[in-house]
Amino acid sequence: MKQNQPALLQVQDLVVGYRNTEVLHGVSLEVFPSEIVTLIGCNGAGKTTFLKSIYGAPRPRSGKILFRGEDLGRLPTHQVAKQGLSLVPEGRRIFPGMSVLENLKMGLSARAQLEGSEADLVWIFELFPRLKERSSQRAGTLSGGEQQMLAIGRSLMARPSLLLLDEPSLGLAPLIVRAIFETLKQVAAEGMTIFLVEQNANQALRLADRAYVLTNGRISLSGVGLELLADPEVQRAYLGGH
Amino acid sequence: MDFYVLGQQLVNGLVLGATYGLVAVGYTMVYGIIGMINFAHGEIYMLSAYLTAIGVSVLSYWGFGSPWALIALTLLFAMAITSLYGVVIERLAYRPLRGSNRLAPLISAIGVSLILQNYVQLSQGARNQGVPTLIDGALRFGDQEHFFQITYMQVVIIVVAFISMLGLNLIVRYTTLGRACRAVQQDREMAQILGIHADRIIAAVFAMGAAMAAVAGVLITLNYGSFDFFVGFITGIKAFTAAVLGGIGSLPGAMLGGVLLGLAESLFSGFVNSDYKDVFAFGLLVAILIFRPSGLLGKPIVEKV
Ligand SMILES: Nc1ncnc2c1ncn2[C@@H]1O[C@H](COP(=O)(O)OP(=O)(O)O)[C@@H](O)[C@H]1O
Ligand SMILES: [Mg+2]
Repeated sequence: MKQNQPALLQVQDLVVGYRNTEVLHGVSLEVFPSEIVTLIGCNGAGKTTFLKSIYGAPRPRSGKILFRGEDLGRLPTHQVAKQGLSLVPEGRRIFPGMSVLENLKMGLSARAQLEGSEADLVWIFELFPRLKERSSQRAGTLSGGEQQMLAIGRSLMARPSLLLLDEPSLGLAPLIVRAIFETLKQVAAEGMTIFLVEQNANQALRLADRAYVLTNGRISLSGVGLELLADPEVQRAYLGGH
Repeated sequence: MDFYVLGQQLVNGLVLGATYGLVAVGYTMVYGIIGMINFAHGEIYMLSAYLTAIGVSVLSYWGFGSPWALIALTLLFAMAITSLYGVVIERLAYRPLRGSNRLAPLISAIGVSLILQNYVQLSQGARNQGVPTLIDGALRFGDQEHFFQITYMQVVIIVVAFISMLGLNLIVRYTTLGRACRAVQQDREMAQILGIHADRIIAAVFAMGAAMAAVAGVLITLNYGSFDFFVGFITGIKAFTAAVLGGIGSLPGAMLGGVLLGLAESLFSGFVNSDYKDVFAFGLLVAILIFRPSGLLGKPIVEKV
């Protein structure tokens, strides 16, 4: 049982907002080592806000974000990366003016030591052979799917203990989404802990060990991925069933 | 058109343009990374003129006789001190205003500029100051009566300017620091999420820009031999014009803009009127801002380095 170990990420009663709106009203969740956990929710539920608050922008109003037992709540953004988390952000946010290889090397910024980075690069090129073919090409000229692969590869170069992904399926063709989820499964099989935020509940619930459902800034449901997939409530709200 | 006058103006223009380019780089890099025009940048150039005088006299006193050693050590000294100024100015006058409206840091920059001018005027005096000539002689082209020449000091300026530009380009293109600069420029928040300490990178950009301006300041001061506390103003505006001409934010643009402005100004003063050369340069600035505000290579610097 994975849950026998202490949680890698433990969020307690997190309240987050912008200026005069509160978006998250007390979110609690846990991610254990080597798990794939997904957070699903509709557009505007607060999923991106949740991930951003882990990086301190916006800062939590109250509650705790514990990573390996240490509170991330007061760290500046660039220090969070050094604790061993890496975010594949919504909209990919690759550096368009840099080459593919340079983008990947940007992932090294969070690493304390560069030992083994050559081997990691080889590994990432095995996961995404497309990136290898285009390694000297400007990242801005890649297709959407390739940019998503690059954003994931960039985060993997950081060799994180926890990989955070914000809607990696956004705007991509189903075939490419399937390929990317396949790769995530492969990465997880090699021991990576993954926290996946998705609107695409169907694919995410099939991939995940456990899942949380975020509704209007609150966790409304949680459980084993495949069980939630069968839940009539989830079916109705997130999978287009009526 | 006299061939020898043309030759001479081209030589002078290239020398002038190389130094404009060195100063322009500081405007363009700072603009690229935090989107502000650092109006105090010209004063860094002015400071480096005074640092040249200090460096040369102290080093001579210590017994450095070789002009090459004097030039090299003075360059390093001025680059180090001005980098420090660049970093401190950013820390005290601009960083606290980051995230406020866009006008605030501009006003702060003008304030810094005035403070530096007055501080130098008070501490060093308002009079013109001078440094001795370190390198004599020239290469001549032509016969006894008709010729143009390039002095050895001008050769030094062009060579040192070229090496500095090349070095800066290599840093920006191929080093971890350069990559981090480009990342912060393209998407600061994402760079921070990846673990980049953006404030440090911005400080490094100020340091690099100041060091390049110091190279220009030292070389020009050694070439002309005299300066006062006001030299940063004209050179600053000329270099800013060069940065806009090349496309503000573009590193190769700043270098190209510098050389083109130097040549244009020099040809104008050789063939049209030398009294109006500054007016010509500022007219050019106004014309670019009206007709082609994005300049010749106007895209973010990252698009091409
Ligand atoms: N920078 C911001 N300033 C103010 N409100 C914001 C900001 N970003 C998001 N919001 C609001 O917060 C809510 C949650 O947004 P978000 O976290 O992006 O949701 P999701 O990722 O689940 O689609 C939305 O109502 C959105 O309008
Ligand atoms: Mg979102």
